[in-house]
Amino acid sequence: MDIATIILMAFVLLLAIFLGFELISKVPSTLHTPLMSGSNAISGITLLGAMTLAGKTDFPFAAILGFIALVLATINVVGGYMVTHRMLSMFQKKGN
Amino acid sequence: MASIMISMVYLIATFLFILGLKWLGKPDTAVKGNRYSAIGMGLAVVATLFEQDILSFTWIFAGLLLGSAIGYWIAQRVKMTGMPEMVALLNGLGGGSSLFVGLAATQVESMPNVLFWIVIAFSVIIGSITLTGSFIAWGKLAEKIPSKPFLLPGQKWISAALVAITLVLTVCLSLFPDIAMDTLLAIACIAGLLGMLSVMSIGGGDMPVVISLLNSYSGLAACAAGFATQNTLLIVAGALVGASGIILTNIMCKAMNRPLSNVLFSGFQSTKVTTLNDQTQGTAQPITADDAFIVLEAARQVLIVPGYGMAVAQAQHMVRELTEYLEANGCEVRFAIHPVAGRMPGHMNVLLAEANISYDLLLDLEDANATMETIDVGIVIGANDVVNPDARDNSESPIYGMPIINIDSAKTVLVLKRSMSKGFAGIENPLFFKPNVRMLFGDAKSSLQTLAGEFKNLG
Repeated sequence: MDIATIILMAFVLLLAIFLGFELISKVPSTLHTPLMSGSNAISGITLLGAMTLAGKTDFPFAAILGFIALVLATINVVGGYMVTHRMLSMFQKKGN
Repeated sequence: MASIMISMVYLIATFLFILGLKWLGKPDTAVKGNRYSAIGMGLAVVATLFEQDILSFTWIFAGLLLGSAIGYWIAQRVKMTGMPEMVALLNGLGGGSSLFVGLAATQVESMPNVLFWIVIAFSVIIGSITLTGSFIAWGKLAEKIPSKPFLLPGQKWISAALVAITLVLTVCLSLFPDIAMDTLLAIACIAGLLGMLSVMSIGGGDMPVVISLLNSYSGLAACAAGFATQNTLLIVAGALVGASGIILTNIMCKAMNRPLSNVLFSGFQSTKVTTLNDQTQGTAQPITADDAFIVLEAARQVLIVPGYGMAVAQAQHMVRELTEYLEANGCEVRFAIHPVAGRMPGHMNVLLAEANISYDLLLDLEDANATMETIDVGIVIGANDVVNPDARDNSESPIYGMPIINIDSAKTVLVLKRSMSKGFAGIENPLFFKPNVRMLFGDAKSSLQTLAGEFKNLG
């Protein structure tokens, strides 16, 4: 792992954090919970890292750890998106 | 070639996440936003399958299937009243995933250097804190463990020592790479202990802050895992979540008038004063359901203040029923929602939405207080500290300065309450002793049922 890669990733991190603050600065309180569970589903993005590791069967120990990470992250992603959708559709039907 | 394609799909996924989050923050577009973000995730997952390092898909598909099945099952099964636990649990799983990704990444790195170990340690530490902290939060919310603050004697020293040990072990990682896995496991355990202790020390009523903060941590954990696996999509997505969690944390802190640092380092400072000024300020005046009905029947403007007690009693559907009767009786009903009412941000909004109460009827703190003079009857359902006038009037009070719903300015206030017990902060509420306040004791759901029943007989 070289320092140039880290710095490049740090650039991305910095910009993304500021973008995040800008994106979600004025959210009505009605949407606080869906925002939380919806963004939480996004944090299950670790799934991608876990997938790659779980597929490296030439490193059995890594594959096992990756598999555990994969299951946890998938629950997070699927559960998070679905429960957010359930909540939002409850908010929705009152509009009509 | 494959790697370029994957990167391009990741770029599209990044775009969808950003757009999705932007839309998720607006009522009209929220459903669409969530869908776009899910599509982004789906694309990223499919693209990752083309990663060339992958030798076998057995574990991958097994994991995806198992995780999806469990995720689907709990998302269908969870009740709206159980949403805080669910969010806490999902936060923890995200953290746990980062922890294991961090551990696994050490196995496949051929040239670990100092930078690598720092990044890995970070991923393991944040992941582990999020995992155990969320698990304790889940336990407290599901009432598997007492929700009272639990502090070890000298906890701030213990916490400081744990942080110091973690840092020393992180240094050891690069000095003794041969035993890196053992060291990392030790780091994970100590960070986990730290996460447990810090959430144990926080009371049930402060849970909205804790959940938002853990939400932010789960994002940071994903970020750290992104550094560990050198994946920019993880970094961007994690940072977005981290930022949104911090924003929510901030809103919650403002609503409780406590600085963020107080929450962030709760384990390091003694938690807030629980010395109570126990002098009784008179006697609370009880009211029967019959008399309460007469009061409500004459009311033209009613403001309902729901709190955690409404969630516990599962009274939201009964609230809707009463609201309908009141409206049929020519009365205007509104709801005043305090930002920290309940156990997570937006908790009351979710419950009222579940009961089919239109969100146009929900007023936030400022709007509710602005209309307070015109309110004939205020009904407090299972809320306590968010309507405690001491927060406004008594500079001695531990919650002094916390913005409250000034329900005591309504002409008459009905408080639905199980008993005279204190709120989570353990402080007396002088609202109950005010001359315009009447206490309707009993289970909120059955009290509401009685009131609705009387209206039914009327019609």
